[in-house]
Amino acid sequence: MNINTTKIISLLFFIFSAFYLYTAYQIQVFAFDENAPFNARTFPIYLGYSGLFFSGLKLILPDPDTIKIEHRTLEYKKTALLIVIAIIYGATILKVGYFLTTSLFLFASYYFLGERRWVLMFLLSFPFVAAFMYLLHGVLEIYLRDPFLKSIGVMG
Amino acid sequence: MIEGILVGLATALSFKNIFMVMIGCFFGTIIGMLPGLGPMTAIALMIPITYGFDPATGLILMAGVYYGAVFGGSTSSILLNAPGVPGTVATSFDGYPMAQQGKAGKALAIAAWSSFAGGTLSAIYLLFMAPSLSKVSLSFRSPDYFALMILGLTAIAAFSSKGQFLKAMMMVVLGLMLASVGQDSLSDITRFTFDNMNLTDGISFVLVVMSTFAMSEALTIILKRNDPTAAAKQVSLTELGSIKINKEERGKMYRTIPRSSVIGFLIGVLPGAGATIASFLAYGMERNLVKDEEKEKFGKGSVNGLSAPETANNAACSGSFVPMLTLGIPGSGTTAVMLGALLGFGIQPGPRLYMTNPEIFWSVIMSMYIGMVILLILNLPLIPYIARILAVPKNYLIPLILFFSITGIYVMSFNNFDIYLMIGIAVVATFLRLYDFPMPPLILAFVLGGLMEENLRRSLLLSNGSWEFLWDRTLTICILITTILIVLWHIYKTFTKNKS
Repeated sequence: MNINTTKIISLLFFIFSAFYLYTAYQIQVFAFDENAPFNARTFPIYLGYSGLFFSGLKLILPDPDTIKIEHRTLEYKKTALLIVIAIIYGATILKVGYFLTTSLFLFASYYFLGERRWVLMFLLSFPFVAAFMYLLHGVLEIYLRDPFLKSIGVMG
Repeated sequence: MIEGILVGLATALSFKNIFMVMIGCFFGTIIGMLPGLGPMTAIALMIPITYGFDPATGLILMAGVYYGAVFGGSTSSILLNAPGVPGTVATSFDGYPMAQQGKAGKALAIAAWSSFAGGTLSAIYLLFMAPSLSKVSLSFRSPDYFALMILGLTAIAAFSSKGQFLKAMMMVVLGLMLASVGQDSLSDITRFTFDNMNLTDGISFVLVVMSTFAMSEALTIILKRNDPTAAAKQVSLTELGSIKINKEERGKMYRTIPRSSVIGFLIGVLPGAGATIASFLAYGMERNLVKDEEKEKFGKGSVNGLSAPETANNAACSGSFVPMLTLGIPGSGTTAVMLGALLGFGIQPGPRLYMTNPEIFWSVIMSMYIGMVILLILNLPLIPYIARILAVPKNYLIPLILFFSITGIYVMSFNNFDIYLMIGIAVVATFLRLYDFPMPPLILAFVLGGLMEENLRRSLLLSNGSWEFLWDRTLTICILITTILIVLWHIYKTFTKNKS
């Protein structure tokens, strides 16, 4: 059997389906529902078996269209940096507020992607986010929590 | 029906809704022109904004984005031979050679008029077909719905997977698994939450769409070092030439458009088929129907060869609304996103939609006409200017896509767990995309998951746990036979491909 990345993904999906199926069997149902034709665990159990079936087939059947990826050509560094920035953004948005974190997120993303036109970077972060906030908060009346703007008295 | 049409017309013609169609068409064209970013991303990015509007306006905006994205895809197909969306691949066969002959403006005009005619004709078909189908679908029972959902999921897996049916089926199962997280709709028992309160209500639909499309597409572009805006930079520099269509060319289009619109609409109605298959079939059919002399011109800049796929892909867009509006079952990934948005508004599309919410049903159909007119008036003369807007470097485009995605999730829940979950799903989706695991089946399955379980529950309870309900009714059997035929056809195709 030729082991390639698609097969490894299928194997991971097979293991995931097995775990899903195990968890599906652990779902607590009401005592009177235990032997009912359909209860909260019925559909997930079918799904678990379906996952095992399709990933199992993918594992054992030959794969004529093997996809080969040149990993050296992929931009892992910048992608990882963007993901890290997004995680930091998620971690700080509630405490610091929408305006500052979003503006800094955009500014940092432009920077890490290689942009160095500072004025444009600034315009497309702080004023842009302010305008977007006005659209959401002021025009569409979608509430945006912002402790930072509240602390400096800009938002009520 | 007349009353409903008038209500829909009044809603669609309100200043706000016309403005929304214009915004939608404009935004859709911009995204559609960027190879790699399709209508699903464009619509997904719009969802959070639509929650500030009433459902009719929200759906009208999303429909405008859809047509705009398909039209935008045609532009990059014709001018650069780089289709923005899969549905416009066939457009490049004759559109690009025409552009190379210095007739880019004419090719764009033929595409625009064909899109307009195809979209308008199919909106007329929809106008008459949707209410009739709604009435027919009132006779559907739970087993029929369950079978229909199996058919829809199998079909989208078969048609959207580029020969990788098993991969697509794995994505279907993954979508259904994600949909099963949270409280069971009937017993309120929590499933797969692992005692995390944030998962009790399940995973938000918008979160799944944003992470598997908008965010993961943005990450894929960075990872693969693609530059979608490079294409746009070339568009703005292209000399378009005259956009006038002469009498002879018009004559050819008059014959091509009606037949291509019919085939496009019918293919669009089929679950999972959509604009790509419609445009290829229309192109093939047109080639067989024209005279030998014209047949020779196919692939070298034929008017019929350009008009046919353009008419068909727009007709298919309208056709794909039929199963969504009448059965509540989306026929494509894009309409699945719209269905999810409608469910977010608390509206359940289905046979009764045109009775319970006529203003939504009819205003969407009416807005299709308006959308087509706007695309024609607004987009054709503005293409070089739109392209100039697009020529922003990807260093700005990608962070902005990420910004819209994360903001979309944040404004819905004000919860950073959702942002982490979104990043997690996007990373997995990006990795899966690298290995050609298709995402549209996952979205369709996620949207249909709850409905599917509900209909299976009803069917099994009514038949006392027996699976006989699958062959009790003729309609159910017919739907299941169609599903089996699709699977068999796919196995046969794979077998012959491997043999060759």
